[in-house]
Amino acid sequence: MSPVVLQMSCAAGLLGIAGLALVLSGAKSSTAIVYGVTMAVSLAALFGSIRYLLGDVLNVSGLTLPIGLPWLGAHFRLDALAAFFLVVVNLGGASASLYGLGYGHHDPAPHRVLPFFPAFLAGMNLVVLADDAFSYLLCWEFMSLASWALVMSHHRGPGNAKAGYVYLVMASFGTLALLLAFGLLAGPAGDYGFAAIRAAQHTPYAATLVLILMLLGAGSKAGLVPLHVWLPLAHPAAPSHVSALMSGVMTKVAVYGFIRVIFDLLGPPTWWASVVVLILGGVTAVMGILYAMMEKDLKRLLAYSTIENIGVIFASLGLALAFQANGMKLAAALAFTAALFHVLNHSFFKSLLFFGAGAVLTATGERDMDRLGGLIHRMPRTSFVVLVGCVAISALPPFNGFVSEWLMFQAVLQSPELPQWALKITVPAVGALLALAAALAAACFVKAYGIAFLGRPRSTAAETAHEVDRYSLSAMFILAALCLLAGILPGLVIDALSPITTDILGGRMPTQANEPWLSIVPIAESRSSYNGLLVMLFITISASLAVFVIHRFASHALRRGPAWGCGFSDPTPAAQYSAGSFAQPIRRVFGTLVFSARDHVDMPAPGDTRPARLRIELHDLVWEGIYQPIAGAVGFSADRLNRLQFLTIRRYLSLVFATLVTLLLVLAIWS
Amino acid sequence: MVVISDIVVQGVQMLLVLLLAPLLTGFVRKIKARLVLRQGASILQPYRDLLRLLRKEVVLADNASWLFRVTPYVTFAAIWVAAALVPTFATGLLFNWTADLIAIVALLGSARFFLALAGMDVGTSFGGIGSSREVMIAALAEPAMLLIFFCLALVAGSTQLSTVANFMASSYVGLRVSLGMAVIALIMVALAENARIPIDNPTTHLELTMVHEAMVLEYSGRHLAMIEFGAFLKLLLYISLIACVFLPWKIAVFGTGPLSYAVGAGAYIVKLAAAGFFLALFETATAKMRVFRVPQFLGAALMLGLLGTLLLFVSRSF
Repeated sequence: MSPVVLQMSCAAGLLGIAGLALVLSGAKSSTAIVYGVTMAVSLAALFGSIRYLLGDVLNVSGLTLPIGLPWLGAHFRLDALAAFFLVVVNLGGASASLYGLGYGHHDPAPHRVLPFFPAFLAGMNLVVLADDAFSYLLCWEFMSLASWALVMSHHRGPGNAKAGYVYLVMASFGTLALLLAFGLLAGPAGDYGFAAIRAAQHTPYAATLVLILMLLGAGSKAGLVPLHVWLPLAHPAAPSHVSALMSGVMTKVAVYGFIRVIFDLLGPPTWWASVVVLILGGVTAVMGILYAMMEKDLKRLLAYSTIENIGVIFASLGLALAFQANGMKLAAALAFTAALFHVLNHSFFKSLLFFGAGAVLTATGERDMDRLGGLIHRMPRTSFVVLVGCVAISALPPFNGFVSEWLMFQAVLQSPELPQWALKITVPAVGALLALAAALAAACFVKAYGIAFLGRPRSTAAETAHEVDRYSLSAMFILAALCLLAGILPGLVIDALSPITTDILGGRMPTQANEPWLSIVPIAESRSSYNGLLVMLFITISASLAVFVIHRFASHALRRGPAWGCGFSDPTPAAQYSAGSFAQPIRRVFGTLVFSARDHVDMPAPGDTRPARLRIELHDLVWEGIYQPIAGAVGFSADRLNRLQFLTIRRYLSLVFATLVTLLLVLAIWS
Repeated sequence: MVVISDIVVQGVQMLLVLLLAPLLTGFVRKIKARLVLRQGASILQPYRDLLRLLRKEVVLADNASWLFRVTPYVTFAAIWVAAALVPTFATGLLFNWTADLIAIVALLGSARFFLALAGMDVGTSFGGIGSSREVMIAALAEPAMLLIFFCLALVAGSTQLSTVANFMASSYVGLRVSLGMAVIALIMVALAENARIPIDNPTTHLELTMVHEAMVLEYSGRHLAMIEFGAFLKLLLYISLIACVFLPWKIAVFGTGPLSYAVGAGAYIVKLAAAGFFLALFETATAKMRVFRVPQFLGAALMLGLLGTLLLFVSRSF
């Protein structure tokens, strides 16, 4: 069986499972069957794509099915880029299914989730495999609608209906932009096959429009600021394993769409396109993490952090575009590898963290961090893996998040050779934004972990939490292990990515497998090198040495007592730092500018016994500045046009007549 | 044979930083005391403090978790590894190529990450206030430090600290605007990261503006000893970093033999003493600032770093 046929059969299998789930709907064991089979199929697709990526990548195989447009058929194709994204999709799919085996039992309405879950996975697989614009858009819409159905599976939850509505509107908008982009790419001849688009010459004007449309279309799905508004509403509304898929995987499918069109189909890039992508990426990264910092809902915090990571990925892609436009193949390969590596890493740790949030939700029924706390005692295993996820996403060595950030900073340091002045100024500024985002991410995850898992329980639900089932735990442990493995053996990942850069950019990073001690050396050893394995070894050895010396020579005495707190013990757990108070210093630094934040203190007069109150005013300037005016304008014009609904037949006929005359007049004047 | 001597030299370096770190802090404290006409404790006092803490029992809060007990060792190890990566008396040591400047920033970030979590573990307001302010300071200091390192990397054409130090020790660097900005910014960041005046006061314990001390308030006994030791090491690390990059005078190049290592070590101790003296002088002459002035201070460091990097993007000769 050729690789593409294998992948297509897996996608078809997933669609079949969706049908099976419909049939089984209501059966007792349906949850176990659906997630079990989905996991098996995803694993098959995962191993198929890994084998393809590591083995016969040069053997690009295509498949044409006699469906779709009659004169075109439906084309599907597997190349290195698609295979990499299939790895991301199916790894996410397999781990989410494993997690679902346990988590799905707590679902109040499984029949609203089970059919759509494999369908959603099938949609994502097919988008990555599609090789003509028609199939691509069809699969894209299928993926969007399946995920919309999953967002709406708990439609009675507070805010979920609004989330579904905003998601639907933004998804339609995104698809419209993609439709126009592919229309432009197909040109007047209207050949929608990717092979024909790749071969065609695109005028600079068309290329500009395609870039803008792709930023709108793929960017809205990925969550680029200011098109991100649906993401923090919709991702948390879905069941947690679906949130993990939407944040960890679906945003990556959008990144795939952007790469496929801009790097592959559109031909050689222009340098100013990279400026746009770089600035959007940098701003998205910082804005996303600042939003996350202000958030007290655990799942929304994670969704905002996804926006940050998408910003990081797009900034790296912007760098790759800049280098590619100037013919610096090696540097372009470095930046592109950093972007792809971060795609992989983010799918690992974001899925892990959403699974963790789901575990917390199962155990306590709470997403609000101000009602959690102390879970490290009640849920020790979950707490441990979530800690790994938090360390990894905060880009700390020796975990994987650090490696991709490191590669990206190495790419930034290659950029003074770029000749254009705009780039010379943009790149260091974006580098500073990315550094700021990385530091803020660490602060944000100290907050998330510290408030939710440490301290004293802030509610009875948190106090009586219990550890989750073994399926959920094993899914989280596997992802945590992958975070560590990718962090200490980054050379293997970089080498596996090299066929993609060769394919797309025509250049590649030096082979890392030959470096001594599994170091990674992006350019030359005298310039920079990093060795995650040794860093981990050194930390382990020095920590063990310290522990050994202390336990050999120091006192062993240990006494438990009440917390010291300078002699002032807080009477209630509510007196602990909360999500809002932890963010207060950072809110004071960035909030006035980014959120027009104001603190209102209502201090009662002396002698008055009512409590003092602090009210914090935060504004989402993107929502208030862009979306509300548009929504207002649409509502206003709809109200005005509403009058047309109540006319007499006479007036309608005269309206029709007037329209006809106007159109004829226009036609007469035109010709 | 070569590998063994490499390991020995690296081991000497790691032990040297361990041994010197408390001495440096003791020296700074002594100078500060003398500057305000106090006798001051012996410069060996930090060693005695550490030994005393090691002998004492640990009093652990009732609801402290395993994270709280592991953190002192993790932070200490991360800082120690970072310190082992900074050239002190010689460049090009064995470990130097395992991680570069960016990794050193990240290692220090790991130490802080765990310390800030430990501050929140017991669930007291003191821990919370310390952690939240610490991460605010870090959120500005870390990008500033990265930008300063970009500046250095662009001048030297490498992010390997050894290569940077060798380049700076060579004759063709000269006076550069960007490096001037970088050194000022790096000193500002170093003051903030080590909780020194004017950002934080290392000698106070009960003050509302305290940051670092509030975060580690619940620690005692051997755990506190590890954290204090980590803090001593961190001060030494920053001074070594500034010295090896901006003052690479007499630093030995790897493989030049024991004599040049000895000269390098002598020069290193002189540099440490000079830096300690100036730190004490500066701290005595300055007042601590309000905690919400800190962002402006660090924002200035960030902007200096960015400006230096921008200048280097414009022309390599700045």
